[in-house]
Amino acid sequence: MTPLLELSEVSARYGQVAALHGVSLTVDEGEMVALLGANGAGKTTTLRAVSGTVRKSGDVLVAGKRLRRATPESVARDGVAHVPEGRGIFSELTVWENLRMGAYMVRRPDFKVVLDYFPWLESRRNQQAGTLSGGEQQMLALARAFLARPRLLMLDEPSLGLAPLVTREVFRVVSDLNEKEGLAVLVVEQNAATALAAAQRAYVLETGRVVVTGTADELRSNDAVRTAYLGY
Amino acid sequence: MSRFRIPVGFAVLACAVAVAPFLVSNYHTYQLAFVGLYLVALVGLDILTGFTGQISLGHGAFMGIGAYTTTILVVDHGWRDLWTIPLAGVVAGVIGLAFGLPATRFAGPYLALATFAIPLSFIGIVKRFPSFTGGNVGKNLPQLHSEFGWHVNPSIWFYVVCWVVALVMFPVAYLIVRGRFGRALRAVRDSEIAATANGVSTAAVKTAAFGISAFYCGIAGSLYAIGITYVNPDTFPIDLSILLLVGIVLGGAGSLYGMVFGALFVEFIRISWGPGILDLVSKAHHLDTHAPGSGLVVYGVVLLLVLYIAPAGAAGLVRQLLAIVSRLRSKKDTSLSDPSLV
Amino acid sequence: MQQFFQQLVSGLADGAIFGSLALALVLIYKATEVINFAQGEMAMFTTYISWSLITHHGFSFWEAFFATLLIAFVGGVLLQRTLIRPLERASVLTTVMATIALLVIFNGLAAWIWSPQLQFFPSPFPTTSWVIGGVHISKQDLGTFGVTIGCVFVLWLFFRFTKLGLAMRAGALNPAAARLLGVRTSWLLALGWGFAAALGAVSGMMVAPTVFLTPNMMQAVLIYAFAAAVLGGLESPIGAVVGGLALGVMLNMLGTYVHPVTSELRLPVALGVLLVVLLIKPAGLFGRVVVRRV
Repeated sequence: MTPLLELSEVSARYGQVAALHGVSLTVDEGEMVALLGANGAGKTTTLRAVSGTVRKSGDVLVAGKRLRRATPESVARDGVAHVPEGRGIFSELTVWENLRMGAYMVRRPDFKVVLDYFPWLESRRNQQAGTLSGGEQQMLALARAFLARPRLLMLDEPSLGLAPLVTREVFRVVSDLNEKEGLAVLVVEQNAATALAAAQRAYVLETGRVVVTGTADELRSNDAVRTAYLGY
Repeated sequence: MSRFRIPVGFAVLACAVAVAPFLVSNYHTYQLAFVGLYLVALVGLDILTGFTGQISLGHGAFMGIGAYTTTILVVDHGWRDLWTIPLAGVVAGVIGLAFGLPATRFAGPYLALATFAIPLSFIGIVKRFPSFTGGNVGKNLPQLHSEFGWHVNPSIWFYVVCWVVALVMFPVAYLIVRGRFGRALRAVRDSEIAATANGVSTAAVKTAAFGISAFYCGIAGSLYAIGITYVNPDTFPIDLSILLLVGIVLGGAGSLYGMVFGALFVEFIRISWGPGILDLVSKAHHLDTHAPGSGLVVYGVVLLLVLYIAPAGAAGLVRQLLAIVSRLRSKKDTSLSDPSLV
Repeated sequence: MQQFFQQLVSGLADGAIFGSLALALVLIYKATEVINFAQGEMAMFTTYISWSLITHHGFSFWEAFFATLLIAFVGGVLLQRTLIRPLERASVLTTVMATIALLVIFNGLAAWIWSPQLQFFPSPFPTTSWVIGGVHISKQDLGTFGVTIGCVFVLWLFFRFTKLGLAMRAGALNPAAARLLGVRTSWLLALGWGFAAALGAVSGMMVAPTVFLTPNMMQAVLIYAFAAAVLGGLESPIGAVVGGLALGVMLNMLGTYVHPVTSELRLPVALGVLLVVLLIKPAGLFGRVVVRRV
């Protein structure tokens, strides 16, 4: 079976500084995969290489097909949603306008399904998105990405700046979307414990290379991973 | 080598200036005199735009202020024309400071917007107070006469005056942009936030740069009035202000020597180069190239082409050329110091 | 009192013209942080096109009006795609200079094609006035106000209620995020230039009957529009329109009631207002508060 997302030997650089040295990974249909690693390991760059927001070499295949063009808008049109670091909320627009933007590529957006997962959005629809709390903004970003009905959702550090309880809530919703809607997820996390609890498989990046890979259980029992990222 | 580049460049410029009148006709000498006064204006504006990063679309009006200062002092108060030149600079500089004081509190686009209104406002004010300025008709100046017992053609004398002023003002500008103050200017250009964080008072620096540039333009305007022997509101239209900025960009913003190219462009594009290009075009396409407006089109298109092909202007091209030369030379050097030979 | 109302109405009519051109500037500035100095000359040029349609090609005023809007829109899009887009990564000075080059080119082209002589531009409105309670209200003023504000209103509806309009606003606020949602922001910028050009054309066709058609007719209007946009805060579309109306009324009132302010001093006064406003409120009267609520 062809994986939904396949990266083979992807490298990327920012000016003179190389950030990725030939990263290869796959995400299957309906799978949730975590990308772990320290600051600067290349996690974010991996997502950016997929969504076309950084120049890369190497192949990125979605459902076995090479991306038509490596611009963010065309990758989005190929069914890959990327919720970037900082969430990319239009803070000066209302909550509802943000959701309408999520449905930009969809002819008949199904707002109802989204509101089933995020019922509180309904009562806040006319609130300015910038006035939402960090957790609410993350949820809005998720809802907005899901509205486009992507095949793959890429999340960059959803827990960043959130309280532990809120983080757990965010991951609960992501897991729900993954299990009930069959949405494939590639999530970048520094908080390895949270990510491994939700994901089925994971990759560990160090200085732009994949150093460990396996199922979530395998990684949890891997001594090196445990001491380096789980802290026990 | 680079230590000598500046004085050598200046010496070459001074020699060229000294020799030129012997090589060309009186009429061309008269034109080259204007190149000298435009050089003064451009060098001043370059301190503001090139070195401090503040775009001004209004400095033609400061030339106008300088020109009117000289004219009113000479015609109505009987001053000797040459002695009004520094005063014209001071008047324009003070008005520039007064305008810069509020105007420079704002970042990029706001300043350019505000300055765009200066030339039209200037014309309006000149027309509003005819008893002082001569209104629409303007005022006529007497012809410039050579002094110090020299008896030369007025064109030559005008050339001498313009270029003596230019060759004084040019190194002064160099001293301004070179030292501590110059570093502050560039800091403001590169990042106002970083400049403020490093203890540079951006408002004071921008205001000072505005005043200095207005001073330079006032001097140039005074020379301009002396050269054409009349002033009226239409002498300093908004086009002149735009042309000055165009000269900066074509010469290479942030380079003083580039302004020599800019000044040549400002003087010649409207009179000779533009029509020349048009003649070439008209031979190919049978256009009516003497129609009004055709010259503007040419110079607009030239500007656009330069922006695409050589956004760093003439100075940028020269710099690239020098870089190529020095790369070739250093290649030769490395071949000599090849480790296998040592 | 009668004079006051008459001046108020002509002030609003002038102000609507300033406001629509100011809005054109703001549209482009908000999306790209570039001030389009050629906005006025583009408006002038398209007004010449409509003049030529009316006088040489037998169009009625309104046929020419809408044809010109279309031409201006297409022209604006093309300008952005061909000349401005290649400068996306250039410095501010370079981009500003490119718009200034356009200013020079359009000014020259208009004189070249149509000669720099004054041309009479027909008005679609009668020169008579209504008398309401002893106050004469010129139909010309009211018509100008109505058409201009009507166009602004249509544009507002577009931005408020259509998907494309929303995407343009989102793209201006956060282009990177908009692209990740599949928005082709680069085309939306071209669309913005198109709308700005069309708005400018409206202001040009509305101002031409009163000032006559010349290649320089928009220079002063452009400066009033700048002042209006700055009054409104440069980033606020509503602020630009309100700033334009306020400026128009203020200039008319000053001209009527303050004797030394003759027509020659209108521009210096506008410049003075601009400077004072910027001194007191550097972000303009409408600051950011309004922007965020739009």
